[in-house]
Amino acid sequence: MRAYKKAVIASLFLPFLAIQKPVGVVTFEQLQAEASIKQNDTLYVVNFWATWCDPCVHEIPYFQNVYSKLSGKKVKMIFVSLNAVRELPKVQQFADNKSLKSEVLVLNGGNPNNWIDKVDSSWTGSIPATVLYKHGKKLYFHEGELTEESLTSIIQTKNK
Amino acid sequence: MRKLALLATIIVATAFAPTGYNVGDKAMDFKLKNIDCKMVSLADFKDAKGFIVVFTCNHCPFAKAYEDRIIGLNTKYASKGYPVIAINPNDPVAVPEDNFETMQSRAKAKNYAFPYLVDATQEITKTYGATKTPHVFVLQKSGNDYIVKYIGAIDDNSDDPSAVKEKYVENAVDALLAGKPVPVTSTKAFGCGIKWKS
Repeated sequence: MRAYKKAVIASLFLPFLAIQKPVGVVTFEQLQAEASIKQNDTLYVVNFWATWCDPCVHEIPYFQNVYSKLSGKKVKMIFVSLNAVRELPKVQQFADNKSLKSEVLVLNGGNPNNWIDKVDSSWTGSIPATVLYKHGKKLYFHEGELTEESLTSIIQTKNK
Repeated sequence: MRKLALLATIIVATAFAPTGYNVGDKAMDFKLKNIDCKMVSLADFKDAKGFIVVFTCNHCPFAKAYEDRIIGLNTKYASKGYPVIAINPNDPVAVPEDNFETMQSRAKAKNYAFPYLVDATQEITKTYGATKTPHVFVLQKSGNDYIVKYIGAIDDNSDDPSAVKEKYVENAVDALLAGKPVPVTSTKAFGCGIKWKS
């Protein structure tokens, strides 16, 4: 009971102690529930990346800049890391170092063949890749890097 | 007029669509530099029944995770007539770790018993349609032709070899050796995007 109480108290303070939101681990179904099938008017920008992927790391600041300019708008950005689950601490460290304000998740997707096509049938499996969802519908898919300008214009065009 | 414009759009779209082989296509032979500086072609392997062509590299974590499994494929299948041919497609200017010297030292350190070739112009990579490392094309020799029988991943778990459930490449080669149809002819997998010359 005492341990339980301690845990409750600790969890109450945890959000204030943590600098960054802790990086979570999700299954593909959980990711779908989080973004792609949500029936609301928030625009979900889902970016697939990994800490070892140079072009991904390169474009993340662009995504951050675009996100900060969109503050107040109904936009949610989710960085979905394809690092191995055991590399969670590495992903957390990256998120802390870069002060990522958006949600960061590590995907525990299992066999990629079971879900790559569910994201987009044209996706060959290279990263970065970016998907936009709204009202439970996919608005856009892109395999490859994006610039700050292109991301801004895609969001403006698609988020009507 | 609108139809004409549409047609033009389709032609342009087709022209710029990513090329590459599909299962069943004839694959072209090549002449690429090996780590011993000798040129290697598929035609050099007179006794081969086919090939396990793997686009891979030094730097990519997925390629590293699969390195021992690529070596294992060659150990298992070279003697049965399906040697591994590894090709590094990456631009060494973009990724210095993928340069020729590092390929040599990597192959030496791990005792590669198969060619590790450089696709310096990236033409073979583009013709085959490899987009990431590792990316496998299993070819079957048929007369003077090389028929693509499988395209995709080595297996279904890059992180943990002990948790693999589907050994796609082994299943494909086993089927070819047994004269049976390949059970799964193409798969998707994650890998590092190929670093193209700019």
